Amino acid sequence: MIKQDIKQYKNVWVFIEHNDGKIERVSLELLSKGAELAKDLNCEVCAFTVGDKVEHFAKEVGEYGAKKFYIIENSVLKEYRTEPWRNAIVYLIDKYKPEVALIGATTLGRDLAGTVATKLSAGLTADTTALDIDPSNKNLLMTRPTFGGNLMATIFCPDNRPQMSTVRPGVFKAVKNQTTPEVIKDKYDITEDQVVKKIIEKVQTGEEKVNLSFYEVIVSGGKGMGKKENLKLLEDLANVLSGTWAVSRKVVQAGWAPQSRQVGQTGQTVHPKIYIAAGISGAVQHVAGMKSSDIIIAINTDPQAPIFEVATYGIVGDCLQILPKMAEMFKQKLVK
Amino acid sequence: MHSLVFIKQVPDAAQVRVDYETGTLIREGVPAIINPFDTHAIEAAVQIKDKFGGSVSVLCMGPPMADEALKKALAMGADNVFLLSDRVFAGSDTLATSYALWAGAQKVIQEIGPVDIFWAGKQAIDGDTAQTGPGIATRLDVPLVTYAVEVKEVDPSAKKIKIVRLLEGGTETIEVPMPCMITTEETLNHIRFAPLSYLIKAAKTPVVLLNSSNTTIDASQCGLKNSPTKVKKAFTPPKRERGEMIEGSLDEIISAVYEKIEPMLKQLGRV
Repeated sequence: MIKQDIKQYKNVWVFIEHNDGKIERVSLELLSKGAELAKDLNCEVCAFTVGDKVEHFAKEVGEYGAKKFYIIENSVLKEYRTEPWRNAIVYLIDKYKPEVALIGATTLGRDLAGTVATKLSAGLTADTTALDIDPSNKNLLMTRPTFGGNLMATIFCPDNRPQMSTVRPGVFKAVKNQTTPEVIKDKYDITEDQVVKKIIEKVQTGEEKVNLSFYEVIVSGGKGMGKKENLKLLEDLANVLSGTWAVSRKVVQAGWAPQSRQVGQTGQTVHPKIYIAAGISGAVQHVAGMKSSDIIIAINTDPQAPIFEVATYGIVGDCLQILPKMAEMFKQKLVK
Repeated sequence: MHSLVFIKQVPDAAQVRVDYETGTLIREGVPAIINPFDTHAIEAAVQIKDKFGGSVSVLCMGPPMADEALKKALAMGADNVFLLSDRVFAGSDTLATSYALWAGAQKVIQEIGPVDIFWAGKQAIDGDTAQTGPGIATRLDVPLVTYAVEVKEVDPSAKKIKIVRLLEGGTETIEVPMPCMITTEETLNHIRFAPLSYLIKAAKTPVVLLNSSNTTIDASQCGLKNSPTKVKKAFTPPKRERGEMIEGSLDEIISAVYEKIEPMLKQLGRV
């Protein structure tokens, strides 16, 4: 392993993931967290991205505190493809040498991060849920769950830069912190015939993309909901509480709900004020995604269900009876 | 068509429990399995062989006991199996692991022949990083297709393949030239029942052992010492305390729950 002169590296960089002209929420969450890290490191938080016509994102990344915005614009980079995006990003990182690079642990981010880190021979920590600066040596401490959330590991990267991490959406809060970023445009020459990967077709599954981390109340259902049609009960109660509905992995696998509604290790991490788990047994992978909720109300017919081990309040009973009754009674109380 | 599948042997995560007294995982009696995502990679490679001919090689990095996983891969229809096992790999992070597997793949290519498709599961269920597949593809310098849910079309003569992969909120169909690397979702295929002939072949086919003495692996790029990321500490997350069970008639339960959460609802401005 080649030891680098790590002193050459400065600033915290946050990758701005974008799709259809919109920034992914996780990138703004990471800018907010990145600003805290930059303060501890006595440096600046900067945004970076590649694509076609991305300069207009400067306004939004500025609202979330980015001091500089590094971009490469090229029509070949319009849509995400691993190799050309990787090469352009590796070029930027090689040139400007950030000490930290954070990327959202989304489908795109996870595809990208592994390939960028390998090109740079950089250390990369996946799916981080906590980021801190070690006060003694200023190394980034990245804490992540493994074994389906059963074990946590704190990872650090003493001799290589940038220190890279992917971070789950919803772990950090996006906080506005108005700045006017300096836009630094760079050129990376690439032509379409140099890219062997072609996108033949894109299909949206029709379901809106839901960012469950926006919501302070989540009514979530598991296999105990019985059938797809019963998921309406989750939505009804969620509407009464001005929240949203979600599901467990088993419900997604059964084809009752899209993956965009899934809470858990392979879905979204959430930390609402109130999480109602209806007919969810409480597999470790699900619990890993919701256990930091303030109040957890679990409803399950099986008194032995592991979900009760993490619930603030447990109800042994049939969620199909309890949810509609809850919606009805809460509605009366909340309307007043 | 020659496929090379990278697999990992993992403890069955569903059976791993935490000892909260000691803050460690209880692994005794937990069976070792092929990483479930990787079984779909093996199945995909075998289905391509069934359709277009050729062979399937499988490479696993791990301790000597991981040869069990390779025996299972043979029973699923693999033809050549390689175990990359050496103390110099101990403690490798994903960057070092992708290097060792890349070097192992070079040996497989040397022994069996050029590879058309490299496969791996999208991630391992113990580490959950999803970084090793992209890392190997980068070192192999082949196009990467992650989160594959459908092999749409294989054209061996034009050396092209069309894959449907997951996006957030949708899918996309990608066309790439071979060789390429594909990482698989569980929904890519169904694992078929192995015919008896595969089982017989599995019993007869030896696991080829690869290590730092019979490959060109550079030991200074592997192992804990040469991994950029280090583990500072490992710990079990604080256990959330089991709360209060609420009992009574349906109306009583719901009223009680409402009273419990009313202060929070007020704080949220819902009341």
